[in-house]
Amino acid sequence: MEEALVDWSRAQFALTAMYHWLFVPLTLGLSFIMAIMETIYVRTGNLKWKKTTQFWMTLFGINFAIGVATGIILEFEFGTNWSNYSWFVGDIFGAPLAIEGIMAFFLESAFLAVMFFGWEKVSKKFHLTATWLVALGSNLSALWILVANGWMQNPVGMHFNPNTARNEMGDLWDVLFNTTAVDKFLHTVSSGYVIGSLFVIGISSWYLLKSRHISFARRSMMVGAVFGIISSLFIVITGDSSGHHVAKTQRMKLAAMEGLYEGQEGADLVAIGVLNPDKTVNNDEEAFHFRISIPRLLALLAERDMDAFVPGMKDLVHGNKQYNIPSTHEKMQQGDKALKALNQYNQAKKAGKDSLAAAHIETFQNNYPLMGYGYFEQPEETVPPVGLTFYSFHFMVILGFYFVLLFLLVIWSNMNDTIRDKRWLLRAALYTIPLGYLASMLGWVVSEVGRQPWTIQDLLPVKVSTSHLSAANVELTFWLFAAIFTILLIAEISIMVRQIKIGPK
Amino acid sequence: MHIIKRIWRFYYEGFRNMGPLGRKLWLIVLIKLFIMFAILRLFFFPDVLQEQFSSDKERSEHVINEISKP
Repeated sequence: MEEALVDWSRAQFALTAMYHWLFVPLTLGLSFIMAIMETIYVRTGNLKWKKTTQFWMTLFGINFAIGVATGIILEFEFGTNWSNYSWFVGDIFGAPLAIEGIMAFFLESAFLAVMFFGWEKVSKKFHLTATWLVALGSNLSALWILVANGWMQNPVGMHFNPNTARNEMGDLWDVLFNTTAVDKFLHTVSSGYVIGSLFVIGISSWYLLKSRHISFARRSMMVGAVFGIISSLFIVITGDSSGHHVAKTQRMKLAAMEGLYEGQEGADLVAIGVLNPDKTVNNDEEAFHFRISIPRLLALLAERDMDAFVPGMKDLVHGNKQYNIPSTHEKMQQGDKALKALNQYNQAKKAGKDSLAAAHIETFQNNYPLMGYGYFEQPEETVPPVGLTFYSFHFMVILGFYFVLLFLLVIWSNMNDTIRDKRWLLRAALYTIPLGYLASMLGWVVSEVGRQPWTIQDLLPVKVSTSHLSAANVELTFWLFAAIFTILLIAEISIMVRQIKIGPK
Repeated sequence: MHIIKRIWRFYYEGFRNMGPLGRKLWLIVLIKLFIMFAILRLFFFPDVLQEQFSSDKERSEHVINEISKP
């Protein structure tokens, strides 16, 4: 496949996914924050909480309206730009996405109307139920697409049909409860909760800086910060679990996240570091210009054993007999056998040579788990962009710790009644809103760039997944999307800012 | 029937009494959906395999040729 075509197809998908992800996390986080605020209103009967809920609900509505359906473009791209991949994944994607459409979207849409139109028309408790169901529906929408993504990172619960070239679902529960999918869902939605919290704290800080709506702002801030700190702790737990499973299913990704070229017993975790850009898996240069490491922590996090061996990129490319790690070259030979056997099986089947076809299909099935390696010319092609993966991961973690500190300071200062005096903290909270989005985007970069060159781990690389299109056409639609999404983003920000300036009624 | 009528009235009155912000957001949603489905989907994003082949058998053969090695 032409390299420019693959690059533009990837760039286009990344652009649309990242723009889509600008709208989604605020929906996920703010929906729960509103539901918590409304629960306080229903329990206390205090009308101030009703007004507070209604204000954040208006901002939620703006974000929801501008962001709704932006994800549909990704589905257009599957059929146009990624037709080989779309055919190959078969019903693995179809089933979860259909469930998303039927269950989550309708749940969300039906109760959204009750939430916005029903304040004076339905009972308090029914309205509250609707708000919680909107939050639940939004999160369920995210579940199914993340299950599909989890399957791409760790394909389980399916078998490949060599007659149709499609994967067929063997067990929905295996796909749904795939450890990678569960981790991905929990980690991703909780990043949305943190973004929602940062948004509420940041906007509330702006009101305090302007000395407007003070009690409203402090009330909102408290809910946001408490929700934020709980979500942050949850992110740490799900991040740890994610790392542990990546160490089992995507060892190359883990090595790239840590800039680990040479495997180590009792491997250290790099806290901060500057990579040597000249380092490759084929030379003996130092991997870092500078680093501060925490001894044995990577081994503990990855293998739950402080003395365990964590393979580096060199071990995975060149193999390591001591630890029973096959080289990429060996995997490429197996993949090659699978690809040739698939072709020979189909030739034999067409020629009516059933016994020959049976022999080829056996060879194919024995080598299918590593089929994707057969597409590579060089073992080094299996190494993802190390710098982008490493820095994205480390900046994301650093930002995560900064958010925890911010939430704690906001809670403490709000409880001590000193928050209005700490203008530096209010400014920091306001300017942290975009950092929440940045951290979440960096998480996606780690997840998606770190798994390169795969579209589906070990089975299908990106370069085989695309359709035969003109690279110029894909480039054109890339810029078209960039323009449309930028207009939508400007619309969202300007409507949102205007509404924030008006403030709560 | 009574319930359906009540639900219909709920939505009807909700949309009728919607403020300027709600109307603006609905306008954006409708314009966006029009651009997505009537322009992008129709002119820029055909389903390649659906358009190029008339049956699933042909699609399968095409993808097998694409992904396997001689």
